[in-house]
Amino acid sequence: MALLSVQDINVYYGAIHAIKGVSFEVEKGEIVTLIGANGAGKSTTLKTISGLLRTKTGSITFQDENIGAVPAHKLIAKGLAQVPEGRAVFLNMTVEENLEMGAFTQPKDKVDDHLQRVYDLFPRLKERQRQIAGTLSGGEQQMLAMGRALMSDPTLMMLDEPSMGLAPILVDQIFDIIKTLHKNGTTILLVEQNAQMALSVADRGYVLETGKIVTSGTGAELLNDESVKKAYLGG
Amino acid sequence: MSFLNHLINGMGLGSVYAIIALGYTMVYGIAKMLNFAHGDIIMVGAYVCFFATSTYGLPPLVGVLLAMLVCTVLGVVIERLAYKPLRQAPSLAVLITAIGMSYFLQNAAQLLWTPNPKIFPQFFATTNPDGTQQTAIPLFDGALNLKYTTIVNVAACVIIMLALTWFTGKTKMGKAMRACSENKAAAQLMGIDVNATISLTFAIGSALAAIAGVLYLSSYQTLVPTTGSMPGIKAFTAAVFGGIGSIPGAFLGGILLGVIEILAGAYISTQLANAIVFAVLIVTLLVRPAGLLGKPVAEKV
Repeated sequence: MALLSVQDINVYYGAIHAIKGVSFEVEKGEIVTLIGANGAGKSTTLKTISGLLRTKTGSITFQDENIGAVPAHKLIAKGLAQVPEGRAVFLNMTVEENLEMGAFTQPKDKVDDHLQRVYDLFPRLKERQRQIAGTLSGGEQQMLAMGRALMSDPTLMMLDEPSMGLAPILVDQIFDIIKTLHKNGTTILLVEQNAQMALSVADRGYVLETGKIVTSGTGAELLNDESVKKAYLGG
Repeated sequence: MSFLNHLINGMGLGSVYAIIALGYTMVYGIAKMLNFAHGDIIMVGAYVCFFATSTYGLPPLVGVLLAMLVCTVLGVVIERLAYKPLRQAPSLAVLITAIGMSYFLQNAAQLLWTPNPKIFPQFFATTNPDGTQQTAIPLFDGALNLKYTTIVNVAACVIIMLALTWFTGKTKMGKAMRACSENKAAAQLMGIDVNATISLTFAIGSALAAIAGVLYLSSYQTLVPTTGSMPGIKAFTAAVFGGIGSIPGAFLGGILLGVIEILAGAYISTQLANAIVFAVLIVTLLVRPAGLLGKPVAEKV
């Protein structure tokens, strides 16, 4: 059984049918990416998995448990963490307080270990641990958002457009970290507009278009797929 | 010397406003709503303490604790029944509900306890050897009269302020509260139960309102079902004045408002004291729309 299995979900914003019968799976140890243009439904799909939105049909199964009706705040303790769109760090709190919030459901004695690991991975955050998150640069905020999600020691980490608004050199850094996390055993579900980057690190990918999955395959297959090339890779 | 006297009295009154304003500002910070029923919680707390001490003869401290308990439960129940169902509704709907809740509490109090004024007992007094009651400490041969209520008000306010600062700055639940006030979706993703956090906020705010009710009535001893509305509105003003959502802002706003009110009453006109208080608010907001300590944080996109 796959680690995460999404079967036939349909999500609505009022009368707007945003996700139309989407199904996909993430196996343990994989990097899976959902790519697609603005408004294709990538973020909506992630928010539905993390319980911030609800599906009208189908099921979402994580580690053999149906999580379709589990309240959003109970998912992180089950090993499902999300780095939200636009980072959504707590801007008025310090770097370290943000990280502590990421470990909200963790037992007290584990928090320091996790903190140490995050600081090893992001030395920049350690330098700025007492700084208010609102004063960090965009790249640092993205690192903080990722570090915060890692504080829960997740089995599956979902990232919503981590490259958004970042300079190319920072995008490379973020993707290096994603690869490192993957090497360390974290399964990753990556939502990206930057299809080139996402497909180059992903084991498998799904292409979303107006709320439907139109193509899927391994990262390499999709990188060479003519229609994907044309639509998302600039020719 | 009389100026100093007025100043001290103003700080005493302002401390009560500050305690109420802390409740307003915390609820606003987390639930992003103005709980106009907050003032009426004060009134309920005062009635509970009045009956506990005057009718049942319980000691004042027990009366206060009982008032805090009843108000905490009341605050949480009000939030669950009246505000929680409107979590996704436009903020105007919530505002109108809060005003409705305020009138509901006032009318329920009229039915339960009649509109006849009750005279709140004088807790903060000592009995002289000759049997007269003493409510103040005369200093400098009586030139300065330091009222017991003033001492208690200021001390209570400072303790509450320090406790809240510690709670929101150092404890896990307090930090979770700040996280919720900033971004509820992100807080949920961290595993924070937003509904429970909102309930906790209402519980704390209402317990503070109960304390404020007892302190306010210890200075102004006439207790009627509408007693809470004026201090409620003034404390709301204080919260906005100091910067709504900010705990130090509520403290500062409350103290300043009390001082301005007493000084205006003493040197300009008692009748105009309230008008002057609100005029100061208007001028402050024209110059600093976010309040004295409120700072609009620039968000990075």
